[in-house]
Amino acid sequence: MDFLRPASWEEALAAKAEHPTAVPIAGGTDVMVEINFDHRRPEYLMDLNRVGDLSEWEVGEESVRLGASVPYTKIMENLRAELPGLALASHTVASPQIRNRGGVGGNLGTASPAGDAHPALLAAGAEVEVESVRGSRRIPIDEFYKGVKRNALAADELIRAVHVKKADGPQQFSKVGTRNAMVIAVCAFGLALHPRTRTVRTGIGSAAPTPIRARAAEEFLNAALEEGGFWDSGKIVTPSVAKQFADLCAAACNPIDDVRGTASYRRHAVGVMARRTLTWTWESYRGARRLTEGAA
Amino acid sequence: MRVHFTVNGRPQEADDVWEGESLLYVLRERLGLPGSKNACEQGECGSCTVRLDGVPVCSCLVAAGQVEGREVVTVEGLADFAKQRAEGGCASGACGTSLQNAQEWQAQGTDSQTGEGTELAPIQQAFIDAGAVQCGFCTPGLLVAADEMLERNPNPADADIREALSGNLCRCTGYEKIMDAVRLAAARQSQGV
Amino acid sequence: MAANGAPTKITQGSRTKGGIGESTLRPDGTLKVTGEFAYSSDMWHEDMLWGQILRSTVAHAEIVSIDTSEALAMPGVHAVLTYDDLPTDVKNYGLEIQDTPVLAHGKVRHHGEPVAIVAADHPETARRAAAKIKVDYRELPVITDEASATAPDAILVHEGRDDHHAGHVPHPNIVHRQPIVRGDVASARERADVIVEGEYTFGMQDQAFLGPESGLAVPEEDGGVHLYIATQWLHSDLRQIAPVLGLPEDKVRMTLSGVGGAFGGREDLSMQIHACLLALRTGKPVKIVYNRFESFFGHVHRHPAKLHYEHGATRDGKLTHMKCRIVLDGGAYASASPAVVGNASSLSVGPYVIDDVDIEAIALYTNNPPCGAMRGFGAVQACFAYEAQMDKLAAELGMDPVEFRQLNAMEQGTIMPTGQPVDSPAPVAELLRRVKAMPMPPERQWESSEGADVRQLPGGLSNTTHGEGVVRGVGYAVGIKNVGFSEGFDDYSTAKVRMEVVGGEPVVTVHTAMAEVGQGGVTVHAQIARTELGVTQVTINPADTQVGSAGSTSASRQTYVTGGAVKNACELVREKVLEIGRRKFGSYHPAWATAELLLEGGKVVTDGGEVLAGLVDVLEGETVEVEEEWRHRPTEPFDLRTGQGNGHVQYSFAAHRAVVEVDTELGLVKVIELACAQDVGKALNPLSVLGQIQGGTTQGLGVAVMEEIVVDPKTAKVRNPSFTDYLIPTILDTPTIPVDVLELADEHAPYGLRGIGEAPTLSSTPAVLAAIRAATGLELNRTPVRPEHLTGTQLSEG
Repeated sequence: MDFLRPASWEEALAAKAEHPTAVPIAGGTDVMVEINFDHRRPEYLMDLNRVGDLSEWEVGEESVRLGASVPYTKIMENLRAELPGLALASHTVASPQIRNRGGVGGNLGTASPAGDAHPALLAAGAEVEVESVRGSRRIPIDEFYKGVKRNALAADELIRAVHVKKADGPQQFSKVGTRNAMVIAVCAFGLALHPRTRTVRTGIGSAAPTPIRARAAEEFLNAALEEGGFWDSGKIVTPSVAKQFADLCAAACNPIDDVRGTASYRRHAVGVMARRTLTWTWESYRGARRLTEGAA
Repeated sequence: MRVHFTVNGRPQEADDVWEGESLLYVLRERLGLPGSKNACEQGECGSCTVRLDGVPVCSCLVAAGQVEGREVVTVEGLADFAKQRAEGGCASGACGTSLQNAQEWQAQGTDSQTGEGTELAPIQQAFIDAGAVQCGFCTPGLLVAADEMLERNPNPADADIREALSGNLCRCTGYEKIMDAVRLAAARQSQGV
Repeated sequence: MAANGAPTKITQGSRTKGGIGESTLRPDGTLKVTGEFAYSSDMWHEDMLWGQILRSTVAHAEIVSIDTSEALAMPGVHAVLTYDDLPTDVKNYGLEIQDTPVLAHGKVRHHGEPVAIVAADHPETARRAAAKIKVDYRELPVITDEASATAPDAILVHEGRDDHHAGHVPHPNIVHRQPIVRGDVASARERADVIVEGEYTFGMQDQAFLGPESGLAVPEEDGGVHLYIATQWLHSDLRQIAPVLGLPEDKVRMTLSGVGGAFGGREDLSMQIHACLLALRTGKPVKIVYNRFESFFGHVHRHPAKLHYEHGATRDGKLTHMKCRIVLDGGAYASASPAVVGNASSLSVGPYVIDDVDIEAIALYTNNPPCGAMRGFGAVQACFAYEAQMDKLAAELGMDPVEFRQLNAMEQGTIMPTGQPVDSPAPVAELLRRVKAMPMPPERQWESSEGADVRQLPGGLSNTTHGEGVVRGVGYAVGIKNVGFSEGFDDYSTAKVRMEVVGGEPVVTVHTAMAEVGQGGVTVHAQIARTELGVTQVTINPADTQVGSAGSTSASRQTYVTGGAVKNACELVREKVLEIGRRKFGSYHPAWATAELLLEGGKVVTDGGEVLAGLVDVLEGETVEVEEEWRHRPTEPFDLRTGQGNGHVQYSFAAHRAVVEVDTELGLVKVIELACAQDVGKALNPLSVLGQIQGGTTQGLGVAVMEEIVVDPKTAKVRNPSFTDYLIPTILDTPTIPVDVLELADEHAPYGLRGIGEAPTLSSTPAVLAAIRAATGLELNRTPVRPEHLTGTQLSEG
C-alpha cells in the first residue's frame, strides 16, 4: 500500500489520474473501518485532508457550495438556516466524534444506501461537483447513485463539492434505527417543501438499492396541494392526502430483509416518517405564512 | 513511511509505519502511549477518542499518514492540557488550544506506582470521586470527550451530557456514575474548585 | 527484559478508617483515569511478534486439507501452526468437558472456529499470512435447533462422547439434562382456577466487554512461559493450558493484566494457548489482540433459549403448580452448559412459593456459536419467562401484578423445588413494595418551551417523533439468582496476607489470584484489611499464580469467597500479631491475657478501647504472613432424576420497575426510568454496590430492546459480528436508574454480605418487556423486542 499526500487539489487530481485505483480518504470514517477489518487493501490511499478548500463552504444567492470534506458538525452548527434538511441529517450521523471527521463527500463516494446525507440532498435538490484532470462537471443528485455502493464517478474523478439549493421552505429529516444514538439507518426519509416552485421533493434512504426519490408521491402531493389551493390558503393538509402521500412513499421503496430490519418494516416506517415529516414541514410552512401575513 | 506529529505537546516521529496503520496503532504500539483504547476499531465505541487539532475524533479512523504535522492530545496529556487551559484564564472555555500553547507543555510521567499524588484534570478527579470507573476501558475516551464538552458547554443539561457522550460506549457502569462525574466536574468548575 | 505493562503492586492509604461500609475509592482509579493502567492489549515487549488466528468460514465441515506453505514462505512470518503441530497428546480443553480443540482437527463445528495460528513481525504481515493459508472444507449439514439436533438421522456434533453427562442424556446432541420434580402436579392442577401457558424465546446475548481478548506470552529461560492475560480465573486457565503445552504448571507463570470487563465472557480460554504455543515455538514474545469482529467469535455467548411454561393459580391468587421445559442452545462446545442447565432448572420457579412442579432443562450441542457463562447464568432466561407468566396470571385473575407477586413471594424458610430450604432473608415482597413506592418520573419530560426535545423521545437523535404515537407503559419484575458455584463444586479461594512495618508504619499486603475485572474486588480487599487489622496503608499485589486459586470472578461470588478468604487470612494474621504482642508485652498488662483484643488505628486495643501497644512496637522488624484457603458451606449435586439436593449456598434478589415510552407506530422504545430495589446483605462499598446494580440493570435493558447475535438458521453463520450491528445501549438509551438498597444480613456469609453482581441483570429485562406490553397491549413472547415485533412487520414481504 502507498500513501499519497497531495498538497493541493491539482496535485490530487494528477495523482488520481496517475493512480485511478487510489482510494481517497478524508474523514476516514468509512475507509479506515474497511482497512481495520481487512475488508479492503487498496494499492494507494490518498489523503485529502491537506486540500484545505475541501473543508470550506460558501453561501451563494441560490445555493450553498459545500466542500466535500466539511465535517457534519460544521454543517449542523453553521448551515441550519440554509440547509435545514441536511443539518438535521448531519445531526443523526453516528457520534460526535464521527461528525467531527466525516463529510458529505464520504457519503457520496461510498454511495451506501444507508448514508444519512442522501435523503436530505435528494429532497433539497443538489448537484455534485466532480473533477478530473480532464475537467470539471456537475452531476445532478438524481443521477449520481448508480447501484448498491456505486456512483456516477469516473475512475479518475474526485468529488470536490456539493451545490445544494438553499432552502426556500421547511425541510425535515427522520431516520429509524434500533438505538437512540449512534446507529446506522434502518431506513430514512427526507422531505423539503419548495414554496417558490410550489413543489415538494423527497429522499428515501436504506429502502432500495440506492437512495431514491418517491416521485409518484411527490407528483401526487404537488397536484393535491395545487388543486386544493393549499399553498395559498395555508390550510391543514387533509389526513387523506397525507395518508396517500405516505402510502406512495412506502410504495416507492424496494427494500430488502437484512440483519438491521425486515423489508416490510422498512416500507412501513418510511410511510410513517413520510406522514410525520409532511405534518411537521407543513405546520412550519403554515406558521411562517401566518407570521408573514401578520406582519403585512 | 515516516510520520511526524505532536503528541501532548511533544514532537514525535514514527518510522516504518505501514500505510494502513491508524493513529491509534501508532500511539499505542509505536509511541508507548497505550492510554487510548482499541475496543472496536470501527468508530462505534469512542474508547480511542483523542483530540486532533483540538477536535475530538476516533483515532482508530484516522490514518497515520493523515496526522503528519498535526497536534494530538491523548488521555496521557489530559491533565496538563486542562491545567494549561485553566492557567490560560480561558473562563469561557471556548478557546481550545493554539498551536503555540500545545507545543509549550509536556506530558508528565508519574513515578508513583499507585499514581497517588498525580495531578489530575478536574474531569479525571471527578470520574474517580463519583465512582465512574469500573473496568476503566472506556474511561480514557470518555474523559477526552467529556473534558471537551465542558470546555464548550460549562453548564450542560443532562440531555446535553448524554448527547455529547453518546459516541462513547460503557459496558460496566450503566452510565449513571458517569453522569454524576460530569455533573460533579461541571459544578466544581463553576465554583472554581 | 521485562514485559512493558506488567502490573505492579498498588498501595493505597486512607484518610478515614477506610474499612468496610465506607465508599472508599478504587486503588487503581488514578492509574485508570490517566491512561497508565496497563490492560492485556497494552502489553509490549521488545522483539515481540504478533499472533493471528485463522478461523473457519463455515459452521460445519470436514477439513479435507490445510496448506500453510505459502504463508510460511512470507517474509516476516516466524511460525504457522495447525493441529499437527500441537506438542502433546492433550489437544482439547474445556471448563468441565474437554471437548474444545485447541486447533481444529479434521472438522470444524461452528463458524469462526480456530484452524491455524500465525506469528509474524507486524499484525498486517500476520493477517496477510493467515489469508494465504489454504483450507479445503467439505461442508456438512448444520444442526441449529432441538429438532435438527435430536432428529433420528442427526449428525452427532461430538462422536464418541465419554464425558460424565454422556451416560444420562437422552441424546448425544444433548449436553446435559436436569429434571426437577416435586409434589404432585396433576392434582395441584385440579385445584387451579386459571391456567396460563406461554412459549418464550430468549435471543443470544453477547457480553460485549470493551477490552478485546488479548495477552502477551513471553518464553522463559527455563523452557517455560509467562503469560500476561485478561481472564476471570487464572488457575482454571492454567489447568487447561499447561497440559496442552506439555509443561508442568509451575513452568506456566500467569499474571493478570488489566481486564477490560468480563461478564462471563472470559471464563473460557480464548487466545491463551495459541499465544503460548507461538511463543514457545518461535522463542519470542507473542502478543495477540482480537479486534471486535474476532471477539464475537472468540468467546462464548449467553445461551439463547426456548422456554415453555405452564402456571396455575386459584381464584384468590395463589399459585398452584408450574410446569416448564427450558431448551438452551449450547452451540458447538460444552463450555459452562451443564452448570447453566443446573441454574436454569433449579431457579426456573423464580422467587415464588410453588410446591408442585415439573421442570426440565436441557442444553443442546448444535453448530451455532458456543454458549456459556454470562452474567445471570441460566437464571436470566428463566426470569424473562416466569415474569411474563406472572403478568399473564395477574391479568387473568384481574389482580394487580405486584400484589399478585407479593401474595406468592418466597421468604426465609421457603422450600425450593430442589427441596432446599431458603436459610437467609428473602425479602421478595418487600423489594417489590419498595420499588413500587419509588416516585414516578414526570410525564412528557420531552416537552420544552422550544418544542419537543427529541433526545428524550423514542428514536432519540434520529428525529422520528415529536410526540406522535408515543405511549407510556410501566412494568415490574423480580428475580432470584444463586451466589457462588453450586451443585457440590469445591468453591474456595485463597488469600495471602502479610503485615509488616514499612517506613515506620504498619502496612498490610494482600495477595490473591482474584481477577479484578472492574467489579472493585481490589477496593474491597483493602477495606477488609483495614477493618480487620486496623491499618490505613494497604498494598494490593498483582494477581498471579504465585498464590493459590481464588476461583472465578463470576457467579456474584468474589466479594463473598475471596473477600471471605481475605477476612479469614486477616483474622489469622491478627492472632499471630497478638501472640507476638503477648510474648513481648503480656507481662506489662493483664488485659493481654484476659480481654478481647482488636487492632485499631495502628494499635492493639481492648474491646473497652484501652490501648495496649502500637503495632509498630509489636512487630518491630518481624513480618507476619499467612496464606490460607477459605470455603463457603458445601453444596450438593442435584439428583439426576428428581433434581433434589441442597445445590446452592446463597440466593440474591432484585426487583425492577421499568417506565418506558413507546412510539407505537414505529415500534421504537425509550426507557425513561429503571428503578431497582435489591437486598445486598451488607454493602461493603456502597458506591461500588450502586455501580454493580446500575451496570447489571443496563445489560438487562440491552437484551430487552436491542442486543442479539443473529445466526443464520440455514448456515449457522453469525450475521452481525460488529459494534455496528450488535448494538449495546449508549448513554442516550440508558435511563436514570434510582436504586433502593436493602441490607438484611445473611448470617452464614462474611459480614452478612450477599453477592450482588447478577441479580439486577435478571429482573431488568422482564420489567422492560412488561412495560412495553403495558404500552402496546401486545403479547411479546421474545426478547429482544425489535421494532418489527411492535409493528407487525416481522415477516418477509411476498
